[in-house]
Amino acid sequence: MGEKVLITGNEAIGEAAIRAGCRFFFGYPITPQNKIPEYLSYRLPQVGGCFIQAESEIAAIYMVFGAAGAGARVMTSSSSPGISLKQEGISYIAAAELPCVIVNVMRGGPGLGGILPSQADYFQATKGGGHGGYHMLVLAPSTVQETADLMMDAFDLADKYRNPVMVLADGYIGQMMEPVEFKERPQKVLPIKDWAITGAKNRPRNLIKSLYLDPEELEQHNLKLHRKYLEMAKNEVRVETYLTEDAEIIIAAYGTVARIAKTAIKILRERGIKVGLVRPITVFPFPYETFSKISEKVDNILVVEMSLGQMIEDVRLGVCGKAKVHFYGRTGGMVPTYDEIVEQIEKIVKEGVA
Amino acid sequence: MKKVFERPKSMFPVPTHYCPGCGHGIVHRLLAEVIDEFGIRESVVGVAPVGCAVLIYNYINCDMYEAAHGRAPAIATGCKRMHPGLTVFTYQGDGDLASIGTAEIIHAANRGENITVLFLNNAVYGMTGGQMAPTTILGQKTTTSPLGRSPKREGYPIRIAEMLATLEGATYIARVSVHNPKAIIAAKRALKKAFEMQINGLGFSLVEFLSQCPTGWGLSPTEATKWVEERMIPSFPLGEFKAPKSEKQLK
Repeated sequence: MGEKVLITGNEAIGEAAIRAGCRFFFGYPITPQNKIPEYLSYRLPQVGGCFIQAESEIAAIYMVFGAAGAGARVMTSSSSPGISLKQEGISYIAAAELPCVIVNVMRGGPGLGGILPSQADYFQATKGGGHGGYHMLVLAPSTVQETADLMMDAFDLADKYRNPVMVLADGYIGQMMEPVEFKERPQKVLPIKDWAITGAKNRPRNLIKSLYLDPEELEQHNLKLHRKYLEMAKNEVRVETYLTEDAEIIIAAYGTVARIAKTAIKILRERGIKVGLVRPITVFPFPYETFSKISEKVDNILVVEMSLGQMIEDVRLGVCGKAKVHFYGRTGGMVPTYDEIVEQIEKIVKEGVA
Repeated sequence: MKKVFERPKSMFPVPTHYCPGCGHGIVHRLLAEVIDEFGIRESVVGVAPVGCAVLIYNYINCDMYEAAHGRAPAIATGCKRMHPGLTVFTYQGDGDLASIGTAEIIHAANRGENITVLFLNNAVYGMTGGQMAPTTILGQKTTTSPLGRSPKREGYPIRIAEMLATLEGATYIARVSVHNPKAIIAAKRALKKAFEMQINGLGFSLVEFLSQCPTGWGLSPTEATKWVEERMIPSFPLGEFKAPKSEKQLK
């Protein structure tokens, strides 16, 4: 058992990265994730690592490209507008199959938006935010402890699949303080990085690229990437189900909203309404199967998000018409309260009865 | 019989895709010769640009990355910080380095990243078909400056070597040309010096090569070499713009 420390989500991200063996960080300041680069700017040199404050998010993501291509455990972090700037690089990283971790501490958008929490980057994160058709594996924590745990998993998953992994948090998770235990973890057996740039000594030279001028070759490359995403869907789906056994109505929410939903569920159950929660932990790959099964048991699913409805599209794909899918969302940095969620559920119940 | 001329060992024995009279092949060869002469083929890493030279990795036999347009210095930074013992170079054209990648090159130089940049300036976008470059000279006609570059409409050509030489982080900055044998010999000397800086851990080095693009300029290869001499060099003077003050600084 490690000791428990009281720490913000942003600091937990930094420390978890160090504990996971990450030794390179490249980033650019943006609120509300500044504590991550600040933390790593003094922690990385302590462990012989390298921190660079890049000239832009674009440069930062290509420094990640360079270090990941050279075999490093490497990460960057940013918040929504900064993540938009990184999209070009993320597409190149996915195409060149380089393992790295990208943290998005989401804030309100579009445009410059605001600096308060949001979940409006769900589409960008899960559907391939840049050009050309690719996916990241996307992990969405809902507590500071889970943020630390998922950060450590993220590096292993990146290496396992040679793919960028995103930890999709929001301004609440980033700035909230909670007790965290950095758990000792057994070393995973991961593929050897024999593809990395190390100097072509005693081996044929390595080449890290994404250009395939021959369309047949590019198609083959894209099919290879696609098979990888199918593998992730088979092996890596993570989902929490909470009080779903006897539930008559299901709330679907992830991240910060999921914990607010749990409070709403407690209140609703005290009032005799049996509500459960399905919380996707991986939002790519998405737990379609869980929603497919649960929609055979309930008639109504309420999706709650800090956006005007993004994850709801994946929920609908999972439900496939077998239950009614409702939506409640707040946007622009506004957060749904448990009272609002209670009200939404009571409305569904009333309408169902009437 | 004694062999007096051969293909550099770090060059693949293949023909290049470059147009007749293009300067890229010459600069590739100089690069390969320098790699051979320092004996660093197994510890050198290249970053290819977007543009005509994207396929440089088909010609130079060493570990290589292919960058996005303009981002090569950032990739080189990530690689060099991971492997300080490797010799890392980027190879970039004028659109790549002097337009879309200006932020990356300025800040890599300013951080004093211990890398070497080969910057090929041919005053035009070659790969995309002859559009205006940031280094297109005044009066020069391109497919997107059909009336000739005018300062009022298109602004002035950017002098990268002079600009980067103002940065404290840069160690060695030179502009050379590859339009005739004499110039090529001088170009190789500068390139060797640039790599020497990096190998000795002295910091950022860049060599700007003025190079002919007969296809992009609508000239014959011979006319193109003359155009470099008569039109380009007056706009982009040759020379060392920054170098360590004494040889003592070279460890």
